[in-house]
Amino acid sequence: MYRTALMTGAFLAGLANAASAQTELSMWYHGAGNEVESRIINQIVDDFNASQSDWKVVIESFPQLSYNDSVVAAALAGNLPCVLDVDGPNMPNWAWSGYMQPLPIDASEFDDFLPGTKGIWGDKLYSIGLWDAAVALYARKSTLEELGLRTPTLEEPWTGEEFMAALDAAKASGKFTYPLDLGMNDQGEWYPYAFSPFLQSFGGDIVDRSTYQTAEGALNGDAALEFGEWWQKLFADGYAPGTSEDPADQQTGFIDGKFAFQWNGNWRAVATMEAVDDVVFLPAPDFGEGNKIGGGSWQFGVSASCPNPDGAAAFIKFATQDKYLAAFSDGIGLIPSTASAAALTENYKEGGPLAVFYDLSKEQAVLRPVTPGYVVQAKVFIKALADIANGADVADTLDAAVDEIDSDIKQNKGYGHTG
Amino acid sequence: MASKLTTSNRAGWLFALPGFGLLALFIIVPFFFAFGLSLTNQRLISPNPTEYVGLQNYRDLLGFGVITLEPLRDDSGELIRDEDGNLEYPRVRTITRSDEYPQYAGMQEWFRWQSGDNATVVIVRDVVFMKALANTLTFVVVVAPVQAGLALLLALLINQRVRGINIFRTIYFMPVVVSIVVVSLLWRFIYAGDDGLLNNLLGAITFGAWRPIDWLGNTQTALGSIIAMSIWQAVGFHMVIWLAGLQTISPTLYEVATIEGASRWQTFRYVTWPGLRNTAVLVLIVITMQAFAVFAQIDVMTGGGPLDSTQTLVFQAVERGYGKQDISGGATISVILFLLVLSISLLQRYLTRERR
Amino acid sequence: MAAVAGDSRGLRLTVRYLVLALVGTIFLFPLIFMIVSSLKPTAQLLSDTSSMRAFLPVGDISLDNYFDAFRRAPIGRFVFNSVVITLVTVSASLFLCSLAAFSFVYLNWRGSGLLLSIALATLIIPFETIAIPLLLLVSRLPWIGFDGIEFGWLNTYRVQIIPWIADALTIFLFVQYFKDLPRELIEAARAEGASWWQIYRWVVMPLAGPVIATAAILKSLKMYNEQYLWPLIVVQDEAHRPIMVGLGYFFQLNVAWGEVMAYLSLITLPVLAFYLVLQRAFIASIASTGVKG
Repeated sequence: MYRTALMTGAFLAGLANAASAQTELSMWYHGAGNEVESRIINQIVDDFNASQSDWKVVIESFPQLSYNDSVVAAALAGNLPCVLDVDGPNMPNWAWSGYMQPLPIDASEFDDFLPGTKGIWGDKLYSIGLWDAAVALYARKSTLEELGLRTPTLEEPWTGEEFMAALDAAKASGKFTYPLDLGMNDQGEWYPYAFSPFLQSFGGDIVDRSTYQTAEGALNGDAALEFGEWWQKLFADGYAPGTSEDPADQQTGFIDGKFAFQWNGNWRAVATMEAVDDVVFLPAPDFGEGNKIGGGSWQFGVSASCPNPDGAAAFIKFATQDKYLAAFSDGIGLIPSTASAAALTENYKEGGPLAVFYDLSKEQAVLRPVTPGYVVQAKVFIKALADIANGADVADTLDAAVDEIDSDIKQNKGYGHTG
Repeated sequence: MASKLTTSNRAGWLFALPGFGLLALFIIVPFFFAFGLSLTNQRLISPNPTEYVGLQNYRDLLGFGVITLEPLRDDSGELIRDEDGNLEYPRVRTITRSDEYPQYAGMQEWFRWQSGDNATVVIVRDVVFMKALANTLTFVVVVAPVQAGLALLLALLINQRVRGINIFRTIYFMPVVVSIVVVSLLWRFIYAGDDGLLNNLLGAITFGAWRPIDWLGNTQTALGSIIAMSIWQAVGFHMVIWLAGLQTISPTLYEVATIEGASRWQTFRYVTWPGLRNTAVLVLIVITMQAFAVFAQIDVMTGGGPLDSTQTLVFQAVERGYGKQDISGGATISVILFLLVLSISLLQRYLTRERR
Repeated sequence: MAAVAGDSRGLRLTVRYLVLALVGTIFLFPLIFMIVSSLKPTAQLLSDTSSMRAFLPVGDISLDNYFDAFRRAPIGRFVFNSVVITLVTVSASLFLCSLAAFSFVYLNWRGSGLLLSIALATLIIPFETIAIPLLLLVSRLPWIGFDGIEFGWLNTYRVQIIPWIADALTIFLFVQYFKDLPRELIEAARAEGASWWQIYRWVVMPLAGPVIATAAILKSLKMYNEQYLWPLIVVQDEAHRPIMVGLGYFFQLNVAWGEVMAYLSLITLPVLAFYLVLQRAFIASIASTGVKG
């Protein structure tokens, strides 16, 4: 009797388990509106759900522009999803604020991933990216030849003077509306991502990374002042359109021949290659402290309130397989996170048109400041660069930026940096 | 009588409670909350506990100092002049960033004036806030009389018994039913610097003599352009209110004026204007309160730039409280905004009170 | 004098019409431009701005921009959201505010005077002052939904509706109107033993046509046209987004002015049509707020 009851109980329990075998995992992604990304991520989710019966990922996509605000709103209300996607430099802020937990995956599994794809805070790995992005100087081979310019390479980039000479030559030729396009109309995360590498190449930085407690000396020291003066000159002397640039120009200006050079991300590379036959992607100029590009893009992490971190870990491990890294890369043109995945792609394999970016990212990528204070620092930096571009006094603007960053760090009690 | 009152009591509460309750929960409570928040250092999301900080937020926003700079002299004590013959002064940052003046640390220059050979500089803790304050006040001070005045002129224009006058009235009112967000985007295109509609129209009218202006990208014209657009959108509303006021003036008064041979101006001054007193007060107060709240236009058209020339109080409050996650800072700005609106409304009521 | 007066009057009349028309063009030209441009492909629309063609529906006219805009963003959803929010808020507001006004005017109860003063005092509080604290409040409020009690109202319809139902202006309009109604009607009904609810429903409200129209028009315009700042900070997902916030994001995503003009026209034309058909009621309503004030 007893045994029957036990068996029945076990049988029923087994049934119940089978029925609820698939625990749901909620996931948020920032790709709404982007057909290619959405298709790939949905494919990954479907494949994962089909490949095992313990977990079922349910994905919700948000438009990129409001994604961060959505996450903050959900955190305020206490209903974050299990797996979420975070833009690299924001991860420390979300980790410090308590919405994310360290990845329940052994960090050694990601040893061969590009440094820019790993989100590390407090020595723990919080997020991992399926790709990295890079910025390069777009130019036409024909333009370089016509203007008699040397083609810069990774080992021998242009110096600051060579770069300005190139711009002067483009200006003198009279064939372009502006020699250079920087995409100044996009006053969002583009500014720190694209332009802080220039600042770093001069020797400055957004914040003093030895302690992360102040920006004094980094953002308003001599190197930064030199950067500021150079930056202002670009607009005052008509080398590049300023902040009131028409957004359309950032998309099509280079293709239409309005600009000789364009500083743009490699997410536009595929479209540009289709429209322009002889486009080349040149490395950033070296203003003295080495040439640098930005690094760190969207990464997957696990929210602190997730009741099933193992499920989330399983999904993330699944999604970071080489074939999916290659799929994303082929789809949106960004750099795959591992060399093995790169070999599988159209653009980044040995000899591929964008292969140079893989090495650029590996050698020269500098992450934006890894600090919870970054959220505010980015906004301050954007405003400072826009103001300088519009003619404000360089030293005063940078001082004001430093003051605001310092005061914010103090108000937040140092943002949890130890030492 | 007594029984009527007691039954009324219950019904009274019951009827008023839902409406008043909603008002209390969603307007009155947050209002007091705003005052409370401004006295703390609360962030939108933070692991640090919130603390009471007293008036520190107000000091951070409103703190200022006045310093005097003496002109630079060379070794022999002679004043140094630059190519234009102007005196040169030490940079403000040598004072604000030196250790000798810790009370000025972190301040920025707002404006300065000359007093003899010396330059007196007003430095403030938060230049962007001061600019926002100045811009908002400018907006209000310009928009209130101009919009009210234009609306009155339009009302006088429409107040004629001409065939088809209603068509014109309908047209003048039309922008009012269009959302300010739509209007802002539309005018952003119209104001475009390179090939914008407005520049082209002005070029056509002046037969090519007009040089295009980047209306929204130029610090001198940005705020003015937004002011002009805001007036364009809202003036029809107040025109209708003036019109209603005009039509309450008894026609007999006009007849008397004509009989007595009064000129147009005299008729306006002695018959029309006195009858419009109350309307004038209402119109001015409403426009003023709406002008203080300017936000959507800035957010859609300029984002506060260029160089903070279109920065306003509400925009700053939202950027700080929401964008930079500094809720207590945003609340402080909101409180200051409320106090401003309150004082100006009271001032207006006082200035326009009946002096009989 | 009399002989010349006839001629000069004709001339004066023409001048008047000219002035009226000139002023009229200032008000009309951007709107005409917007609608005409929405029918042109972006390249043509940009080149047309340098001539009078900007205001003429010539060239490659089609509704392509509208279709493209719909493909790019769920505009239909945004419009649906705004319409639902407007309808629900306005109906609830008309009901609850008139009920409260009825109570303040006709029902004599302890504290009614005080509460009315407090309610009207909120007229002076700009919404922007309470936006951020309200955000904090609303992110913690509980709600009884289908899944039991949940906390936080962000990214919902209710957060865009409930805080806006009660407003001082609507209460004020109803109070002023009710004060002007003849008391004898109420007293007669009371004498016949009618309950207060019956008086509200069958005596007072049927007479409130004009004020209902005024309050409805003003509130609808506000909820449909002016909801921008609040939804911007409390709603991020597209499922609950209203049209104006959608417009802001649409513009950032998109660079084709043709599609932008289509979106602008799409959300403006219904309101314009409504206005043109009912313009007498509109203008009379607005005018009456001035007189009462």
